[in-house]
Amino acid sequence: MTAESLAFFFLAAFAVSTAILMVLQRNPVMSAICMIGTFFSLAGLYLLLHAQLLAVLQVVIYTGAIMVLVLFVIMLLNLGDEARLRERYDLAMGVGTVLAAGFVVELFFILFYSGDPALRASMDPRAAALGTVEGMGGALFGRFVLPFEMTSVLLLVAVVGAVVLAKRKG
Amino acid sequence: MEIPLSYYLLLGAILFAIGVVGTLTRRNAIVIFMCIELMLNSVNLSLIAFSAFLGEITGMVTVFFVMAVAAAEAAVGLAIVIALYRNKPTVNVDEINILKW
Amino acid sequence: MKAHELIIVVVLLPLLGFLWNGLYGHRLKHQLVAGLIGSATVGAGFLLACAIFAELLAASPENRSFIVDVFPWISAGGLSVHVAYQIDQLSVLMLLVVTGVGFLIHVYSIGYMHDDPGFWRFFAYMNLFIFAMVNLVLADNFLLMFLGWEGVGLCSYLLIGFWYDRKFEKGTTADAAKKAFIINRIGDFGFLIAMFLIEGTFGSLRFQNVFAQASVMAVGTPVILWIALSLFLGATGKSAQIPLYVWLPDAMAGPTPVSALIHAATMVTAGVYMVARCSVLFALAPAAMQVVAVIGAVTAIYAATIGLVQNDIKKVLAYSTISQLGYMFLALGVGAFASGIFHLMTHAFFKALLFLGSGAVIHAMHGEQDIRKMGGLKSELPTTYRTFWIGTIAIAGIPPFAGFFSKDEILWNAFSRGHYLLWAVGFLGAGLTAFYMFRLLSLTFRGTKRWGGEMHPHEAPATMTIPLVVLAGLSMAGGFVGVPASLGGGSAIEGWLEPVFAKAGGILALPGHDVEPLEYLLMALSVLVALAGIGLARAWYTKMPEVPKRVAQRSPTLYRLLLNKYYVDEVYDATVVTPLVKGSESLLWKVVDVRVIDGLVNGTARAVAAAGRTLRMVQTGVVHNYMLLFIAGVVMILGWLIAH
Repeated sequence: MTAESLAFFFLAAFAVSTAILMVLQRNPVMSAICMIGTFFSLAGLYLLLHAQLLAVLQVVIYTGAIMVLVLFVIMLLNLGDEARLRERYDLAMGVGTVLAAGFVVELFFILFYSGDPALRASMDPRAAALGTVEGMGGALFGRFVLPFEMTSVLLLVAVVGAVVLAKRKG
Repeated sequence: MEIPLSYYLLLGAILFAIGVVGTLTRRNAIVIFMCIELMLNSVNLSLIAFSAFLGEITGMVTVFFVMAVAAAEAAVGLAIVIALYRNKPTVNVDEINILKW
Repeated sequence: MKAHELIIVVVLLPLLGFLWNGLYGHRLKHQLVAGLIGSATVGAGFLLACAIFAELLAASPENRSFIVDVFPWISAGGLSVHVAYQIDQLSVLMLLVVTGVGFLIHVYSIGYMHDDPGFWRFFAYMNLFIFAMVNLVLADNFLLMFLGWEGVGLCSYLLIGFWYDRKFEKGTTADAAKKAFIINRIGDFGFLIAMFLIEGTFGSLRFQNVFAQASVMAVGTPVILWIALSLFLGATGKSAQIPLYVWLPDAMAGPTPVSALIHAATMVTAGVYMVARCSVLFALAPAAMQVVAVIGAVTAIYAATIGLVQNDIKKVLAYSTISQLGYMFLALGVGAFASGIFHLMTHAFFKALLFLGSGAVIHAMHGEQDIRKMGGLKSELPTTYRTFWIGTIAIAGIPPFAGFFSKDEILWNAFSRGHYLLWAVGFLGAGLTAFYMFRLLSLTFRGTKRWGGEMHPHEAPATMTIPLVVLAGLSMAGGFVGVPASLGGGSAIEGWLEPVFAKAGGILALPGHDVEPLEYLLMALSVLVALAGIGLARAWYTKMPEVPKRVAQRSPTLYRLLLNKYYVDEVYDATVVTPLVKGSESLLWKVVDVRVIDGLVNGTARAVAAAGRTLRMVQTGVVHNYMLLFIAGVVMILGWLIAH
């Protein structure tokens, strides 16, 4: 058991458990906190995959921006300790859960019993150079410069849209 | 022991499934939104895993863009939730059903 | 340019007349122009027909048949039909009769239909009729002939119902027109069946092809028998024989020139022409010939008996027409094709004359048609009386007038070929014909005047009397083209038509035309029986009018039976018409149309709407449901991937 594999199993377990907790929590604030935990473990997993830039971005964007925004909204709408939102449990949910479980089982079969050798290979040796800032930067400003620019436009649109939608009338 | 690709993918699948269950089960709009983010993240994990194991940068670059788009989506989605809340002071998706036939 | 190549002019002129009168006629200031144009087209056609006849006369007998191909009409798969006209001895003869008598009747109509608000419409329809009839007699194939066949039927309908808002017997003139058309349709069904069989058996509809192929087939071939019988069914419809004759008396609802042209001289003879044209086919089917002859003879005497007691001047003439057509078919049925056509020609002359004469009477009597209310018109309408007398003598078969030669030929041919019973029926019918025609003459023109003083009958104008005179001349002289060898003549008409019927004659292996003393005997007998009929009629109706009344009173059932035309119309109505109407109404309409067909169509619509309503439930608008289905789909696809 190398350190790497140990780190993997630990991070994986942490991610899954926080995710399950997030789904099961009553209080939306607690759900948000669990979510943050999931994001951190995912960032760690990214590091294991040599995606350093992305790991940092994960923490900065997801936990730093998105979850903060979510928490702000929860606070703004004063949902924290309000009367329990009545949650129904019905057949649709049960079926959905069963289907999701089935999905995982099927994927398990595909991944481990299909016999495709690519799934059992080891990491590509070039991977280490890929995820660095230089590697990512080179790709972003080289091959993917157009999507890069479009994304900035997209963000502008999102900002404007959010402001317009959330503005109070008058 | 080296972790093969399939382990990462299975992890991604499990997280995705949890996200699905969450969107189907919960009634709070914001919690549903978070579960959707979880699904996006599971996909991100799969993309990065493929990128690393196949030696291609494309996957990672895609994740970069996914994150940007997710941020934009978060902003706009939550703005919508706020606007809805002003109309009818609830975030229970069962009660926001004016568009139903 | 040979005359026969101008045949298309003969065909097109009446069509142009129809179009001009039909489209522009109602705007004319002087209605007379419509009449002039209508008559001129037919007259020009007649002149051209004469030119073509002269050309044929000048040519040798083997070179008297031409085909003028106008254009290829239908070319679909194996079926190829051209608009082409066959000019030979038979068709030229028919053309002369149609255009000649037609022209005279058009001129007559100018006077008769004067002051009628539908004057232009009348001439338009009459021209259309001539167009269709010309196509019928000139066609070189069955389909073009059928076009003319249907066309004359249509014009008959239009012209019978010309005064469409007038009452007629138990209904309106429109009912009479409909009856004519529908009964004709039944006959047309036979024609169509025959055409299908012909196309199937011979692969062509052209007369020349069909007859050439048929002439080498064996006598008694079943398919030819069916073809002949089906064709004859068509002929019974168009030419008013048993069982489809019932429309002709009702057709008298139309104006008298119509009765003269269509229901005496031309349209009703179409069936005779058709059977004569197909002589080869009939010769190959002896059973069919029997049927033709028997039906012809039975119809001849049957119609004559009904004509004995009718009181409407036109009805008597109508039944007389049916009877004389029976004689023509009798001739055809015993293989005397040329005699049948000869009688067709002479009958056209004197029957048109008689009808036009009756029209003059009706015109003078201001619309009165009941002969019981006439009498003694001889002094008021001298020209009409004299021409009518000539026509009556002709139809009675007194020599040297036309009817004698043609009728006698038929009877002699029947007798000499061994059909003694048919001869007897024809002989008896001749006597009856003479009797009822003279009865008509006597009651109308002679005897006491049974009409009131307010009626001032006056002679018809020249435009009506001149055609009468011309037709009277033809009725007197027309028979001379057919004087038989026994009386010293060369039987010109038989010789003229012989090449057309040569093939059929060969198949039938008819005996030659030797002169026998028996012929003179039979001739004398016919004349005697005719004179007897005339004498009896004169006696009863001019001198002693109480006698026929007493005879009628002593046998009331027979009298009523004859007067009501053997109740055939009522029988048809009860057995055929009413069941069909009721069946259509209660079964075909209420069940098949409303429940089944509408049900299917509406039901499909309803099913689609219901399906839509059900499927619409999927669109809940709740994203959760969509997602559920989504995941379900993904699971299924993955499962399928695993399985394979």
